[in-house]
Amino acid sequence: MSDIKITIIDREGEAHVVDAPTDMNMNLMEVIRIHELAPEGTIGICGGMAMCASCQCYMLSDHELPQKNFEEEDMLDQAFYVQENSRLGCQIFITQELEGLEVKIAPETT
Amino acid sequence: MIKTDIIIIGAGPTGLFAVFEAGLLKLKCHLIDALPQPGGQCTEIYPKKPIYDIPGFPEVLAGDLVKNLMEQIKPFEPGFTLGDRAETLEKQDDETFIVTTSRGVKHQAPVVVIAGGLGSFEPRKPPIPIISKYEDKGVEYIIRDPEVYRDKKVIIAGGGDSALDWSIYLANLAREVSLVHRRNDFRGALDSVEKVEELSKLGKINLITNAEVVDLKGKDHLNAVVIRHNGEASEEELKITDHFIPLFGLSPKLGPIGAWGLEIEKNAIKVDNTYDYQTNIPGIYAIGDVNTYPGKLKLILCGFHEAAIMCQSAYQRIFPNKRYVMKYTTVSGIDGFDGSRKEAKREVVKSIN
Repeated sequence: MSDIKITIIDREGEAHVVDAPTDMNMNLMEVIRIHELAPEGTIGICGGMAMCASCQCYMLSDHELPQKNFEEEDMLDQAFYVQENSRLGCQIFITQELEGLEVKIAPETT
Repeated sequence: MIKTDIIIIGAGPTGLFAVFEAGLLKLKCHLIDALPQPGGQCTEIYPKKPIYDIPGFPEVLAGDLVKNLMEQIKPFEPGFTLGDRAETLEKQDDETFIVTTSRGVKHQAPVVVIAGGLGSFEPRKPPIPIISKYEDKGVEYIIRDPEVYRDKKVIIAGGGDSALDWSIYLANLAREVSLVHRRNDFRGALDSVEKVEELSKLGKINLITNAEVVDLKGKDHLNAVVIRHNGEASEEELKITDHFIPLFGLSPKLGPIGAWGLEIEKNAIKVDNTYDYQTNIPGIYAIGDVNTYPGKLKLILCGFHEAAIMCQSAYQRIFPNKRYVMKYTTVSGIDGFDGSRKEAKREVVKSIN
């Protein structure tokens, strides 16, 4: 079975437990989009290049995550509402190790 | 008043290619874009990134794609209104449209094509609740005229290239320049970072790191900002200033187009994909990433296709009584509006005796 369960808290504070495939080279931002947990045009604006921070999420569970690369650090530097546990959803790829991950989508920047 | 056949809003790859397709039909185009240079996202966000799904290009850098498109459309002499946002649209009695930009430039044409991608790029505003009260009263997101800051106290916020570059520039002009950044690391060009470090040591730039501007003060005009150090509310400092310039990059917004009476769905403009990508307002088309229809894919190659289809319909609208037959460029060549002509080389026919 190549789906994992992750919990995503949307911008209104509602928690959703959703399936995320591990075999489709999918990232967290895309998982949020396929489940329509944030309106189109408010998430993944740059398409997943770590260049807009519209997919910023707070990591609530203590899963081990891949290190931030230069682009992600750079973007989070410029973003708002950044916290210690902020990551860009587009840089978190869905793998088996992320089973049970819990995240919260950061507020939309206007 | 700028008069043309087709007003194209958005000078990204789709808008640029529309000029080519229109040119084949001898229709003239004028492009409007809020960014100061053509290319849209390709030049603004990722000029150095490769694209792998442009047919015929196994790999092309976004910036090079734009360069090539500009070369391709050159014979059709498109007009440009750049660094200026399309603000209003008015339909005239003669069925033409007038599009006016934020600077008041008027454009008139029988056809308007919205190729606006994700919208116009607007400065990202920091989430300080009362910031809008001080806009243009001490808070500026864009530096239009540096002279405004001569002998003034200025606080710049941000950690990217524009924050660094403007800090350096204003260091010699303003009375006092402070650069506030959330972290110690600056990720701009190395030269700029080093220059800021040097100016900071000379006391020409007041570098305030691990800090954030969280509030603004002043009766009618800004006169101070509240700087929070190390994210601690107990470490807040009131700093007197004349100007606060947050430079946090740009983000796209659908903007005024959203209020033109077009049918909007999921932050995109609904079009008729069974025919010509026309919107609910006849004469206004939407192509590329800005439109939506069942099965829409936001790909550059889809924008190119939509541009070609749209031009046929626009031609019919402009010349309802003319018949047109689609021609292959290989067969008919390209006649530029500049008098240039490109055509396939004729085969030399020579008989062998």
